[in-house]
Amino acid sequence: MEQFEGKVWVMGDDIDTDIIIPTEYLALKTIEDMKQYGFSPLRPDLAAQVREGDILVAGKNFGCGSSREQAPEVVKALGIRCVIAKSFARIFFRNAINNGLLLIEQPDLHDEAEEGDRILVTVNQHIEYRGKHYPITSLPENLVEIINAGGLVKAMRRRNGLEG
Amino acid sequence: MGQTIIEKIIGHNMGSVQIKPGDIVTVKPDRVMLDDIMMPFIADKFHEMGFNKVWDPDKVVLIYDHLVPASQQDDTRHYQAGDAFAEKYGLTHVHRSDGICHQLMTEAGYVKPGDVVFGTDSHTTTYGCVGAFSTGIGYTEMAAILGTGALWVKIPETIRIVIDGTLPKGVMSKDVILRIIGDLGADGATYRALEFTGSAVDEMTVASRMTMANMAIEAGAKCAAFSPDEKTAEYCGIELNGFYKGLKGDEDAKYVQTIRYQAEDFRPVMACPSQVDKIREVRELEGTVIDQVFIGSCTNGRLEDLQAAAKVLEGKKVAPFVKLIVTPASRKVYEDALACGALKTLLEAGAIVTHPGCGLCCGRAGGILCDGERVVATNNRNFLGRMGTAKTEIYLASPVSAAACAAAGKIVNAEEGYFG
Repeated sequence: MEQFEGKVWVMGDDIDTDIIIPTEYLALKTIEDMKQYGFSPLRPDLAAQVREGDILVAGKNFGCGSSREQAPEVVKALGIRCVIAKSFARIFFRNAINNGLLLIEQPDLHDEAEEGDRILVTVNQHIEYRGKHYPITSLPENLVEIINAGGLVKAMRRRNGLEG
Repeated sequence: MGQTIIEKIIGHNMGSVQIKPGDIVTVKPDRVMLDDIMMPFIADKFHEMGFNKVWDPDKVVLIYDHLVPASQQDDTRHYQAGDAFAEKYGLTHVHRSDGICHQLMTEAGYVKPGDVVFGTDSHTTTYGCVGAFSTGIGYTEMAAILGTGALWVKIPETIRIVIDGTLPKGVMSKDVILRIIGDLGADGATYRALEFTGSAVDEMTVASRMTMANMAIEAGAKCAAFSPDEKTAEYCGIELNGFYKGLKGDEDAKYVQTIRYQAEDFRPVMACPSQVDKIREVRELEGTVIDQVFIGSCTNGRLEDLQAAAKVLEGKKVAPFVKLIVTPASRKVYEDALACGALKTLLEAGAIVTHPGCGLCCGRAGGILCDGERVVATNNRNFLGRMGTAKTEIYLASPVSAAACAAAGKIVNAEEGYFG
């Protein structure tokens, strides 16, 4: 059973893609160049403080707004292990899956979680925080297939006979 | 059982298959739209995936708009990536300086009713204005479509919005969609389709419908849908055949929700900083001093928008401390607004008229704001930092309201001040 523990960063509702990565940085060459500006309109210091394996906990409608796939790529490049939110915007959700960024919908954790605390995630089962279990559901089968393939690029490479 | 517009379009795309909300199906796009910002990433992913041929170059439209003309030295790299990709794979539908992608897709005849269209921009929902199923996707999925000609979609549930009656003078379709977003909330239609119907919708021009379909995404919607009618046929340059006529929600279609509005109840409204669903009547905001006004974007940069603004500003002057920036949505809109005199009126009032493109809407060029500044804008998003620094305030409004505010130098209600 895949399990991991991480420190949480807590954000509010409607964290939009312009907050995750503002348009002015979208023409930078690489995601690595962009990631230092992640979440800068709202939390200018966050990108420098996030560490590999940290977990982002947010309210409803995380990732709303633009279709920019740089948004989930920046989140992933910052080392964020997964995003746990009350709900996700649709395009962000697809883009995250296609890039192998784990998203977890959980309605109650956000109301309790305090920044800096640590949580334990058991994928497809539950989250453990301050001795309490928060249930999570698993993803639809076609999305699990994409994730298992290692993202959409790898799935297409396999289709084109470039990977076994 | 009856079907909604979106269910009919997707079922037709799959070869007259009966489908229902929640089904995960594979569709074959009739068109796809690639924009300049995403182009280098699309090309990289396409090659990384191991494709060496675009499935159908005639179905691909490449549009430079976010970065035109370049405002930063590195922007030109995006044109180079696009030009190289177009040449290598035989793309012929390439627009390098003709305007905003969403305006061009319908204006240049790339989308017709019943089509399935994907684009690498979230406002791809716009083409619902002519009765197409269209939605935004990321660059990895676009790369996969370019190679395979297919994409999976989950059939959305549909919310039906019925608007009957006649809109009050000075109230535009922008006020209507802002009110609806306020009522639904920024995530109120997530994963769902919004279907618009009713006598007030029938009365609207295709351009006005375009404004509403464009902003469906701001309520989280996957797509928007309007039934094609004679106006649609004229706009698209098609005959309204049986298939097109049939693209309307059936009486016994299953809607997840039906919301009814009386058109006479709508008022000029604005979305206040920094949430699209924070809607207030303009009268409640009156007196708020402003620094800038922006009239443009794929939401409200069309001829009727510029004409409405020109009518408000005829014989008036923009307040001396306010910058009024007018950005036609396309080259054609620019030319038409020039020909009918709307641009002259706006220029005489003191407007700065810029080249067609995304410009200020996405905060890249043409009037970006600094700390403490406040703008009334006709575009679609007032997110934190969208049009400049994070310490600016963006009020989203109709072109009529925006023009009235430009003259007054503060938020005023055009409904009373200009249409008495």
